[in-house]
Amino acid sequence: MIIKGKVHKFGDNINTDDIIAAKYLDSQDHIFLGSKAMENIDPGFSKRVQKGEIIVAGKNFGCGSSREHAPWALKGCGISIVIAESFARIFYRNSINVGLVIMVCSQTSKINAGDNLKVDLTQGLIYDQELKKEFKSETFPSFMQEIITSGGLINWIKRKKKK
Amino acid sequence: MGKTIIEKILQKHSSSGKLEDFIYAKVDFCFGNDITAPLSVKEFKKAGFDSVFDTKKIGFICDHFVPARDLKAANNVKLLREFSKKFKIKHFYDIDKCGIEHAFLPESGLIKPGELVIGADSHTCTYGALGLASFGVGSTDLAGAMKEGKLWLKVPETIKFVYEGELPAWVGGKDLILHTIGKIGVDGALYTVMEFCGPAIRKLSMDDRFTMCNMAIEAGGKTGIIAPDEKTVSYMKKVNPKTKIRLEKSDPDAAYKEIIKINVTNLKPQVSCPHLPSNVSDVDKLKKVKVDQVVVGSCTNGRLSDLEIAARVVKGKKVKKSLRAIVFPATPNIYRQAYKKKYLEILHEAGFIISPPTCGPCLGGHAGVLDKGEVAIATTNRNFVGRMGHPESFVYLSGPAVAAASAITGRITHPDEILKRR
Repeated sequence: MIIKGKVHKFGDNINTDDIIAAKYLDSQDHIFLGSKAMENIDPGFSKRVQKGEIIVAGKNFGCGSSREHAPWALKGCGISIVIAESFARIFYRNSINVGLVIMVCSQTSKINAGDNLKVDLTQGLIYDQELKKEFKSETFPSFMQEIITSGGLINWIKRKKKK
Repeated sequence: MGKTIIEKILQKHSSSGKLEDFIYAKVDFCFGNDITAPLSVKEFKKAGFDSVFDTKKIGFICDHFVPARDLKAANNVKLLREFSKKFKIKHFYDIDKCGIEHAFLPESGLIKPGELVIGADSHTCTYGALGLASFGVGSTDLAGAMKEGKLWLKVPETIKFVYEGELPAWVGGKDLILHTIGKIGVDGALYTVMEFCGPAIRKLSMDDRFTMCNMAIEAGGKTGIIAPDEKTVSYMKKVNPKTKIRLEKSDPDAAYKEIIKINVTNLKPQVSCPHLPSNVSDVDKLKKVKVDQVVVGSCTNGRLSDLEIAARVVKGKKVKKSLRAIVFPATPNIYRQAYKKKYLEILHEAGFIISPPTCGPCLGGHAGVLDKGEVAIATTNRNFVGRMGHPESFVYLSGPAVAAASAITGRITHPDEILKRR
């Protein structure tokens, strides 16, 4: 599968309060949550994001609380994939469980805001059309790959039950 | 090769009985709160699940936006109450019956050393202080566990933290954990378990141990854990006299990712500055920072001994004029004890307002939200941008002694400055 989109760039330690402020956590509406994404650190972010665009960030993306509202908010505002140098543990598993596409890549600092990326999910390759450079992502362990290809945790559980 | 305490617990809970890279683990208790569990219920219903794995092993503990701050919050509690009724879930608690989940669950006796507990809240790591494996997860994880009684887990590596030396006056669990996070950073323990040990840990009260494990997540840790000892046993005897406890501990030849030794003898009370828990400083370096609000409470430091310390510091003194000082006993039980022991009276006489138990201001939810430019010192756990309200407000984190002393002077203050040494 190939994802193409423009880059929105963030730094290290983007926490879940940055991604979706706690005051909105009484909502379970992905579209509403999406409209408030990144509000505290980048007002107007959700209005600027076009469907399918990409977040590229530094280390420890999604640190802080366990709120699954964070990956839902990013999905809700149209983000197609988050590529980061590393992810905080709960955000990482939440993304896999709810089907937000994520990728770990040690060279995200080289990618610039506004660059257009072509991401090959199957090969784990990220091509930056402005830099004319290709970066490789870490591959998922096969156990997680199973959940991802099932389309998230709930489908994985259902599929297991059928077996 | 020996095993760490966490490896032993996980192996016992692994469906296959083996300790592979990934395990599908049986959970002894799973729970969520009034903001995470409604999302679990939504996923549970969407999946078409029609039963739960065990009506006695699931909990809904309403604590974040309650007593309901508005209609939406009230509706979320109602949704959980109705779902619990429908599926005969035994452990539904509204705020007046539970208080803050991470203070309530240990004192309820529902969780025990050696168990595997998961919660849809990142501070679920708190219970590691009882010598159990407890992991914060997401709402969909909880929905899956409610149906299956199981959770997928990567078996983590462990970093061993050995605390040596004698604890100085006014230095407690909060100072040790803030110092540790300052040392290793907010991703210093990413994906790993933080095992706290050493003579200084053995001397810590259970309350202080809960505080330390509570903030393991702030270093990116998968959880914190402290091997049970006689203090754990006497705590469990109080909260659940029937419990049989096996004193599990790591083998001497267990493999650790890293061993970090910390001498606490000369440690000063620690304060974490905006906007990351790892921006840690000695309290003395922050004397000039003025504060508008003081918060004593939360799942980190809202327990009885925290309130005792705060009361001891402010006894006979008055909160600085024009400053808001709020104390949140973490649970109704702690509230009752603090009332009987007159801690609340002392705090009230000094000028603190006593709030009902709630997570409230810690996450900018309600009951103490900061406006633009306002500064708070709080015994809570996070000081991210906008955490307690306005994106241009500022949160400093400390233990109860420093927070209480700061309420008296109106700026960040070492308790020694207003009191003679203990």
